[in-house]
Amino acid sequence: MLSVNNIEVIYDHVILVLKGVSLDVPKGSVVAILGANGAGKTTTLKAISNLLQAERGDVTKGSIDFDGTQVHDLSPNELVKRGCIQVMEGRHVFEHLTVEENLLTGAYTRKEGRAAISEDLEKTYSYFPRLKERRTSQAGYTSGGEQQMLTIGRALMSKPKMILLDEPSMGLAPQLVEEIFEIVKDLNQREGVSFLLAEQNTNIALRYADYGYVLENGRVVMDGEGAELRENEDVKEFYLGMGGAGRKSFRDGKNYRRRKRWL
Amino acid sequence: MEILTTIFIQPFFDMAADPILFLQVIWEGFVTGILYSLIALGFVLIFKASGVFNFAQGIMVVFAALTLVGLHENGIPAYIALPITILVMYALAFSVERLVLRPLVNQPDIILFMATIGVTFFLIGFGEFIFGGEPKMMITEELLLPYGSITFFDDMLILQEIDIAASGIAALALIFLALFLGKTKIGIALRAVADDNQAALSVGVSLNTIWVLVWFISGIIALITGIMWGAKSDVSFALSIIAFKALPVLILGGFTSVQGAIVGGLIIGIGEKIGEFYWGDLVGGSIESWLAYMIALVFLLFRPQGLFGEKIIERV
Repeated sequence: MLSVNNIEVIYDHVILVLKGVSLDVPKGSVVAILGANGAGKTTTLKAISNLLQAERGDVTKGSIDFDGTQVHDLSPNELVKRGCIQVMEGRHVFEHLTVEENLLTGAYTRKEGRAAISEDLEKTYSYFPRLKERRTSQAGYTSGGEQQMLTIGRALMSKPKMILLDEPSMGLAPQLVEEIFEIVKDLNQREGVSFLLAEQNTNIALRYADYGYVLENGRVVMDGEGAELRENEDVKEFYLGMGGAGRKSFRDGKNYRRRKRWL
Repeated sequence: MEILTTIFIQPFFDMAADPILFLQVIWEGFVTGILYSLIALGFVLIFKASGVFNFAQGIMVVFAALTLVGLHENGIPAYIALPITILVMYALAFSVERLVLRPLVNQPDIILFMATIGVTFFLIGFGEFIFGGEPKMMITEELLLPYGSITFFDDMLILQEIDIAASGIAALALIFLALFLGKTKIGIALRAVADDNQAALSVGVSLNTIWVLVWFISGIIALITGIMWGAKSDVSFALSIIAFKALPVLILGGFTSVQGAIVGGLIIGIGEKIGEFYWGDLVGGSIESWLAYMIALVFLLFRPQGLFGEKIIERV
């Protein structure tokens, strides 16, 4: 469904952020991009959704293919029309709009009539019953969890084939994170929406993802099935904090650095 | 002592002594205030949606009025000239977006501000080139605007019919705008852009379309203001200085608030008329031209976000 081939991203014409990232998201799957701060997760997502242009970033090499077409030159709204929408990091709700108005903005690109849209509104509420209770309150006054649900719900209103989900767990209580990932799984299975999510919370991301990519300094250093990555010694040690017993010498650190991959 | 009496006591005696005259002064202020509000509204819409302080708002008022009158002078009847003028305002909005805003996107605000100064001078030159620079009469009659006046209290209170019509049309325009922003899909998208343009971009709102739209709406508001103001004086480039009167209104009402623009305009309009009439003689008259700025200055010192500046949402 989505395939990113060896892309390089440069900000402001000088800062090289992604140094050749490739990844694939098969139809109907949940794929996670993992990595520390500054690894390039958000940049990868923004390169796909073309929100990068608004930040003076530019994809200088490689290609991005969504649903069989090159999407590099499309505007973000054209991409949303084609079914690929990004949920930005940090819960960008429209604070002065009500919850329901926020959801309606998600349907901005759709040409169907009111009936179809209000039907989808009900469907969105069925996934997020909490939003229905707060439909008339100003989004700025809802809680962090509700705001995260709102941004996902808003994306859902555009009838996407694929949602690029950036850091859904940011600043949320573990229980709430679990709830949100359950909803993601639900949407994936019942609505057939594919997900590409960027996460720092490796533990939960790998439990829900079919496949994962580990990003470091703008390069993919490792990839594999979710379960497989969870069992990997390096991932365990450096991302899950489950190192083997006893002290370790620094000499043994980060084994995979020596097996660096470029594509 | 005497000076204090003339400043703090005498004017209120005068007001009480002749309440009908006082009412007349308030009405005059109200009518001016509505026009200030409309101009400020044009500023607010553009500022909210694109963060650009549009220096050209004042000249857009003149340009719109001039186009209307100029077309009529060339033998086009008013009912055709009006839609054509609206089209011209759309063309203007479209070209500003294409030629100015789009190439300058992501530039610092000051660059965009200077670009609108450029637009101002372009419009002055262009308008003069096409329609000539001499003052023109507004075609009030052809636009079916009423003239004459209504009097109350044995001719003591005089309301010009054109002023009543102006208030009515302004009120209608505001209601339309409120409905548009509150109920329609595009209106909601417009407010979304004003709130968080990155997020709006991410849900598929095209900022370019929204920009064209707000400039167009501001253009229409400019046209309404131009007709009303032109009917009171005449249509000339000197009119554009009323845009500077919108500055104190914006400072008073807040740069991002539609209600603020309306209330601020009325306060400034009524305030300066009352100031002029009852206190003006103390300093030899023409308080009207600077009182508004004084009020704005006081506001800047004590309440810089204005009366209705965007409510800052703080989650607790």
